[in-house]
Amino acid sequence: MTASVSPTNSAPDSLASRLSAALWRSPRLLLLLLLAPPLLWLGVVYVGSLAALLAQSFFSFDDFTAQVTYELTLSTYAELLSPANFDIIKRTVTMAALVTIASAILAFPIAYYAARYAKGRWKAFFYLGVMLPLWSSYLVKIYAWKMILSKEGIISWAADGLHLGWLLDAWLSLPVVGGNSLSVSATGTFLVFVYIWLPYMILPIQASLERVPSNLIEASYDLGGGPGKTFRHVLLPLAMPGVAAGSIFTFSLTLGDYIIPGIIGTSRLFIGQAVYTQQGTAGNIPLAAAFSVVPVVIMAFYLWGAKKQGAFDAL
Amino acid sequence: MHSDKHNRAPFPLTLAATGGLLFLHLPLLLIFAYAFTTEDKSFQWPPPGFTTRWLAVTWARPDVWQALTLSLQVAAIATAFALILGTLCAAALSRARFFGQEAITLLVILPIALPGIVTGIALRSAFGMMNIPFSFWTIVLGHATFCIVVVYNNAVARFRRMSPSLVEASYDLGANGFQTFRHVILPNIGTALLAGGMLAFALSFDEVIVTTFTAGQQQTLPIWMLEELIRPHERPVTNVVAMAVVLVTLIPILGAYYLTRDGAETAGSGK
Repeated sequence: MTASVSPTNSAPDSLASRLSAALWRSPRLLLLLLLAPPLLWLGVVYVGSLAALLAQSFFSFDDFTAQVTYELTLSTYAELLSPANFDIIKRTVTMAALVTIASAILAFPIAYYAARYAKGRWKAFFYLGVMLPLWSSYLVKIYAWKMILSKEGIISWAADGLHLGWLLDAWLSLPVVGGNSLSVSATGTFLVFVYIWLPYMILPIQASLERVPSNLIEASYDLGGGPGKTFRHVLLPLAMPGVAAGSIFTFSLTLGDYIIPGIIGTSRLFIGQAVYTQQGTAGNIPLAAAFSVVPVVIMAFYLWGAKKQGAFDAL
Repeated sequence: MHSDKHNRAPFPLTLAATGGLLFLHLPLLLIFAYAFTTEDKSFQWPPPGFTTRWLAVTWARPDVWQALTLSLQVAAIATAFALILGTLCAAALSRARFFGQEAITLLVILPIALPGIVTGIALRSAFGMMNIPFSFWTIVLGHATFCIVVVYNNAVARFRRMSPSLVEASYDLGANGFQTFRHVILPNIGTALLAGGMLAFALSFDEVIVTTFTAGQQQTLPIWMLEELIRPHERPVTNVVAMAVVLVTLIPILGAYYLTRDGAETAGSGK
């Protein structure tokens, strides 16, 4: 049936007809023509750039001449393990893990409500309620938090109004999480990370919860499982692929971000900031390249683990 | 029939869900309040007074207009590139099964899966090695790279829903490949492309991380904003720009939502 193509009825001699007939007869050629432009772009320009970057990380940087030495070496990677640099990696990974856990806890009720109880109009409301903050400008969101967390901002105002100013001060005087004000503390960095990546956690959890039939939950109740038991033994295992999928985003995005900790937080660096300063002011491209390989390697392991959890089915 | 008890949300859940949504939206609402504050040195809350003076001041600022124009131009051209490349990828990958398909899918997703800083620094060092000076076009190149995936995602879903017999029917009726694309395929994938294009536009309009690496002297609006965040010159102007950006990004998001809300309008999808 498909072989009955005869472009001759329309315009027998037009180049377009002959060309499209030739393409119809050889789908391989059509596929090649379709894929050539995007592959040239992504496969050659983009992957080429990535490979060039990776190659740089095997060169070394001479601190005295401030020149890159073009000899293959692993010394730049050894430099990553120096206490100062390794601290940066540990700090970033810890932050990414905490942000991921906090987002999962905050996201679950929203996702569950939207998946199970929101109907019709409310469903659309919830969907847009998550999509609008997700797509709103990243910098504007950071800016909003700079306003909120500043010394004279709304949090201090609310804390004073509730006579809890002492609590805020006590928290800020703590060594690691505190600082002069929330906007220059690790707590502030954490809050902004959670705020900005939270929608990325809600959407996949909601997608996985949508697929849980409600009679499974009713069955659990009928068998005497209370809300706690139902959550632990029925809902959570079924939502796990969604949580794993969401955590890919929250974890990866936190690992690579350099703008948030630069604007809201302490002067202690994160991986992204280390990459930025090494390639910019220091001009140490090899170390910058080695630093940027760290999140890629961590994410490769993370994705491998997430795949085992079935995260890719929930995307 | 079972009781209604488990079909209504328990109160703690409603509370947590509402609290979560408020957490997501209150900071954005705050932007609107600060755009009208009379306080120009600090982020004092509550604002001591309200004024519309800063709207006019911002309107008269040439640097804001230049940054906005550049951002719109970059987003428009990057979106156009992404539409072409993303649609080609989607058309190729939606039906055919061939060796290396998974690898190509990964390749499309990679620019958005890797941290932006990796994409940024990779492109920067590549431009450096090829002696390409930073310009308008280097910004566009960077943006198009990660915009492809948005168009691809929207288009591939629509291609998979479109019945292949539509294309066959078109050929049987004597149309050539180009006529088929123009009159059969394009009307079917049109809204998906429009939605993908809007999201790509929004993504490019807002991008800052890759742009810091691929822009030379030019300032896109996010770069302008970043400068103001690091070294504030005139806070009230930044406040007004922030509000304008929130309002402007609402439009493509709502537009894309209404276009893809019910994917049922694809012809030939009914079985």
